[in-house]
Amino acid sequence: MSNESPLLSFEGITKDFYGTVVLKDVSFTLGRGRILGLVGENGAGKTTLMSVLFGMPVISETGGFSGTVKLDGQAVSFRTPFDALDAGIGMVHQEFSLIPGFTTTENIVLNRESVKPNPAVEVFGERMSVLDRPKMRARAESAIGRLGVKLDPDMLVSEMPVGHKQFTEIAREINRDNVRLLVLDEPTAVLTESEAEVLLAALRNLAAQGISIIFISHRLHEVLSVCDRIVTLRDGRVVKDTDAAGVTVADVASWMVGRDVDDAGRKGAARDLPGAALEVENLWVDMPGETVRNVSFSVREGEIFGIGGLAGQGKLGIPNGIMGLYPAGGTVRLHGQAVTLDAPRAALDAGMAFVSEDRRGVGLLLDESLDWNIAFTAMQIKGEYLKTYLGGLVRLRDEKAMKALTEEYVKLLDIKCTGPKQKAKELSGGNQQKICLAKAFALRPSVLFVSEPTRGIDVGAKALVLDNLRHYNRDFGTTIVMASSELEELRSICDRVAIVDEGRIAGILPPGAPLSEFGLLMAGQKVSEEVQP
Amino acid sequence: MSKTFDPRKFLADNLVVVIFLVVTAFAVPVSGLSAQFIIQELFTRIGRNAFLVFSLLLPIMAGMGINFGMVLGAMAGEIGLIIAVDWGILGVNGLAFASLVGMPIAVFLGWIAGEVLNRAKGREMVTGYILGFFMDGVYQLVVLYMMGYIIPIRSPAITLSRGYGIRNTLGLDSVRQSLDNLLAVRIGPYVLPLATYMVIGLLCVFIIWFRRTKLGQDMRAIGQDQGVSHSAGISVERTRIIAIMISTVLAMIGQIIFLQNMGNMATYNAHKQTGFFAAAALLVGGASVSKATIPNVFIGVVLLHLMYIVMPRAGAQLFGEAQIGEFFRDALSYAAIAMALVIYAWRKRANAERARAGLRGGEAAAGGVK
Repeated sequence: MSNESPLLSFEGITKDFYGTVVLKDVSFTLGRGRILGLVGENGAGKTTLMSVLFGMPVISETGGFSGTVKLDGQAVSFRTPFDALDAGIGMVHQEFSLIPGFTTTENIVLNRESVKPNPAVEVFGERMSVLDRPKMRARAESAIGRLGVKLDPDMLVSEMPVGHKQFTEIAREINRDNVRLLVLDEPTAVLTESEAEVLLAALRNLAAQGISIIFISHRLHEVLSVCDRIVTLRDGRVVKDTDAAGVTVADVASWMVGRDVDDAGRKGAARDLPGAALEVENLWVDMPGETVRNVSFSVREGEIFGIGGLAGQGKLGIPNGIMGLYPAGGTVRLHGQAVTLDAPRAALDAGMAFVSEDRRGVGLLLDESLDWNIAFTAMQIKGEYLKTYLGGLVRLRDEKAMKALTEEYVKLLDIKCTGPKQKAKELSGGNQQKICLAKAFALRPSVLFVSEPTRGIDVGAKALVLDNLRHYNRDFGTTIVMASSELEELRSICDRVAIVDEGRIAGILPPGAPLSEFGLLMAGQKVSEEVQP
Repeated sequence: MSKTFDPRKFLADNLVVVIFLVVTAFAVPVSGLSAQFIIQELFTRIGRNAFLVFSLLLPIMAGMGINFGMVLGAMAGEIGLIIAVDWGILGVNGLAFASLVGMPIAVFLGWIAGEVLNRAKGREMVTGYILGFFMDGVYQLVVLYMMGYIIPIRSPAITLSRGYGIRNTLGLDSVRQSLDNLLAVRIGPYVLPLATYMVIGLLCVFIIWFRRTKLGQDMRAIGQDQGVSHSAGISVERTRIIAIMISTVLAMIGQIIFLQNMGNMATYNAHKQTGFFAAAALLVGGASVSKATIPNVFIGVVLLHLMYIVMPRAGAQLFGEAQIGEFFRDALSYAAIAMALVIYAWRKRANAERARAGLRGGEAAAGGVK
């Protein structure tokens, strides 16, 4: 097999977005009828690489890429995803792209329906031809047959179990006459284990028929069980390109996350902290894209507790749910007192504060001045920075106190601005983030939730924000719960780090634990405390 | 979906229909009108209105809601009729001629409306409604100032005494009920406008056939999910424009059929309520903003007009004042539209919640994976 020319090859693909290199000299090949597993952390470059392959507009709009993509030995460069489809490359996305009110058949042949011509076609064009339903059904059935699964061709998508939707999507891609390469992005993410098994069997079936497959998944045991070859990306580079035979989940996990795998026993000795500040039991949160299914943990008084995990696994849902921003259920106790969920006011009144990952949407009043932004929540919740007249009938803002407060925080957090009256939208991302922190600090919370505090800000500002958090924690004894996609920053300031996978906590590790263990947790391998070395 | 009959679900799905049935069931005996009169009126009004209501079906299928912009088509039909009357073309030929004149105008206006609505995705209904008001101004400019001035009008009988502009009321004697009487059939005490019914029947056949075409399938797909349709390669914008263009052209023909039955035309007002009445009829027939069928059209026309026939008389009998009945029927029609919109929004949210219900409630509701 190996001396045959590969179906697809990437040669020296390099791509940067405005100077930030996201792909660096990526090269690998994929043979006919082979399954290639593409693994890597969020931001490792998987999505960008697939965008390059599909000719997504975002690539050309940001200056194109260098290197060549070869399909069947021919250099190709698709201008739109439709060109890629015409060349026989199919893509199955993580989100379903199906028409809910259509049947399986109608979805599989969507916009490629079989038609019968009639006189109206001569006058008004192709689209007036009548659908040939029996033929459409036969085509759908043959696609389902190739996949080797059971699907009712006449069932409405809206009434299907989630696994069938995924099969319908794949059947739609292989219904194309010329499909040679199939890209599946996290196809098993929404499936139960038994459904995932059937899907993997279907993929092997397709590969046996000569269709090549790129399989992107963070469930490493699935990657290992189905793939012939595994390519690991990290920071935009191929760090490992190897046959799947003989590789273990632990190997792949350490390739994914590891700069150097054995750097245990790093910064900061474990602190001995008394009592529990926050106890969470069986929490579920319905936050779109960040569903939390069942999470229990307890945060000690004065601790910095980290929540990590891959995007979409639910780590952001935890603070958002506890603070009442999305529908949630379960028990949350703050210093032994139960907190009412689904009510932001109750959470704030209880003494918790939140720095949202959605800085511009939830965090800031963009068109208002800095003093307004910083004092706003304290004013609403605690009635501070207000002057009372006429025995409480009239309350006006205390501009002087607000100014003093703002100047204090501008100095404390080193916020670069022209003064308390500058508009929040005029600041850079890092300084906006500091305003968000100041706003939360002004509440003097007993527990502070911080969600993605360093997202979208530059390296220098990142360090400052993290330093501020650490100082605030040490100086005031404030308990901090920090959710972040960046494992490194969690490990650098947290006392303990919980890794969330599929809406559940896969495990809680000390920051000094080997990276490979974090990687295993992210890959959905439960590591119980006893097994740890 | 569910095999068992759930009275609450049935009521929620057909609330508007049920309310109209109850109200008219009370009003019919109170009005004291004879069954024969009511039935004859209904036969006439089905012929008069059904075509206009049909023009709303395709945009609903394409997910654009109720096309209140159909008044643009009505205006095109009126311009066609003015020219036909001026040229003195008699009978059915006059109607055909009016349609021919109105056709390019309707196609053009429909294209404009489609382009505008494509820029207002998600707010098609209110945009279409306001677009109707705007085009009303343009219509006045054309009919009141340009006709007889830029557009040659020869008949002094239809022009204002100042020499240009069309009179407020246009007598349509040359084409009055020409389609209705072309094939009027007497069955017992009733007279049926069979030719009009045949035109409507033809339209039904067209719509059924259209649903089975590739274009119809594309419209259904777009109506449910524009993003998915686009990524499947269906040209969303173009298909939406075609839906609005067909709707506008049908409204043009519908307005001509409506006016030939009425026999005269309030030049500057005839189209103002067209969209409202058509929408009310369709919604009363049990349609929603996202789903409408051919039976909805007929049920709606019958129910709405049954109420329109009996309400003034019922008001007169009960309160000695026909006006009260008229107020009441207008209020009910508006309420029907408002209620249909609210129920639609409420149901959409309930469905979204139900779709996510599996994710809620932690392990137990999620089926206890692991």
